[in-house]
Amino acid sequence: MTSPRPIELVCPAGSLPALKTAIDHGADCVYLGFKDATNARNFSGLNFDDKAMAEGIRYAHDRGRKVLLALNTYPQTDNWQRWTGAVDRAATFGIDAVILADPGLMAYARKTHPDLRLHLSVQGSATSYDAINFYYEHFGISRAVLPRVLSLAQVEQVIANTPVEIEVFGFGGLCVMVEGRCALSAYATGESPNCDGACSPGKHVRWEQTPKGMETRLNGILIDRFADGERAGYPTLCKGRFEVGDETYYAIEEPTSLNTLELLPELARIGVRAIKIEGRQRSPAYVAQVTQVWRAAIDRVLAGGQPFRIEQAWMAELNKVSEGQSHTLGAYYRPWK
Amino acid sequence: MKIPAFTLPAPLARVGARLPQLPPTLALVAGLNLALDRVLPRDTLEPLAGKRLLLKVTDAGMALRFTLTPRGFRPLLDSGRPDLTISATTRDYLALALREEDPDTLFFSRRLLMEGETDLGLLVKNTLDAVDWDSVSTRLAALKLPFARQLFARAH
Ligand code: SF4
Repeated sequence: MTSPRPIELVCPAGSLPALKTAIDHGADCVYLGFKDATNARNFSGLNFDDKAMAEGIRYAHDRGRKVLLALNTYPQTDNWQRWTGAVDRAATFGIDAVILADPGLMAYARKTHPDLRLHLSVQGSATSYDAINFYYEHFGISRAVLPRVLSLAQVEQVIANTPVEIEVFGFGGLCVMVEGRCALSAYATGESPNCDGACSPGKHVRWEQTPKGMETRLNGILIDRFADGERAGYPTLCKGRFEVGDETYYAIEEPTSLNTLELLPELARIGVRAIKIEGRQRSPAYVAQVTQVWRAAIDRVLAGGQPFRIEQAWMAELNKVSEGQSHTLGAYYRPWK
Repeated sequence: MKIPAFTLPAPLARVGARLPQLPPTLALVAGLNLALDRVLPRDTLEPLAGKRLLLKVTDAGMALRFTLTPRGFRPLLDSGRPDLTISATTRDYLALALREEDPDTLFFSRRLLMEGETDLGLLVKNTLDAVDWDSVSTRLAALKLPFARQLFARAH
């Protein structure tokens, strides 16, 4: 099924109500995962069992929308069957595409379910058209999700040199480490985001209100201490404040959120096929708020006509739900390469 | 309907803290037990069994202590160290219950605090998020429970 819309809005769902909310607020596609380590948001109580999956797909298809399944972690030899089993289940459910990162799994999916549409996950870390074309030639991928590390000019260059549809992140949390290659969380917790499906898993996280402020620890390591009234962020090592020399600051990355709303006309012009909203760990309320704003903005760009204008209310709504103090255009807008 | 921003007046929290906490705790666990199995899947919530849970309603001065037992949710009468503490104001709990606010959003802006075993908190949050009120309200309406439909009609 291909969407009649030139740019698809791809929204997150960690639960059936979130999926319905996304669709009711104008998502063209919803992406989700099973309740296990086969996807990169493996958190307690989150995600879909078979019953919720079947109902979600029915709800979406009845309304002419698509459901994409993230199977974007890396299987190991001792659990290979769990991942191939997930691909098989996806195919029987009538999922519109699976989002994969592991080339072995991709080969399996291509061979076993020749009609199943394959998307290359951001976790595959393919940042060049050569890499993307490799996946295209070997596994016939239809779409690739670009890591959030390329500048707009680089995205444009990729699009111009590949037959594969390109999806980019438009909004949500940032992950700096050329996605899928980060060892920070695994270093602190012994569980790798790429194999176990969670950066900073809940069981290693502790928040505590102390006389000095609210402290957050990952497996005992102090990640940050927030003064009263200071905005908080997720307990990820990359966004912690550390003592380097005699200064304490965000030594790796500031806790900001990606928001590319103002680049939307550019993204449309260079031929981006889909815009992804991050946040399967978030609640239906977030999905409603963010989907609504992006639907309105994309519709305005697609309608053409007058120069694209951003409503103040849109930005206010998006800033409200963001992690950290501010938002950023991320790597899309930077002069260096 | 959007819930307006409000905080209960500060003296109330001081008075509330001195009132017996058992009646509101009983009301809370009664509500939870009504939902257990019907709306909230018991097997998913299994990790909460025997855990000491504390819900603080900061502006009302309430501290509700309870746990999950094989016979459902029960109030806890002592004040031992909780395994999970969730704190927020009346207004924000209401907004969460009605799905007008996302817990992470409240957390980023420091209006919701989750202390102790974070994983239990995630489990609670995600299990509540997964409740499909559309189908719940239809099922309850079929049971013809008085007020149930109106109650759940407000919840989504
Ligand atoms: S620690 Fe930061 S960069 Fe690394 S996987 Fe987690 S979010 Fe991404």
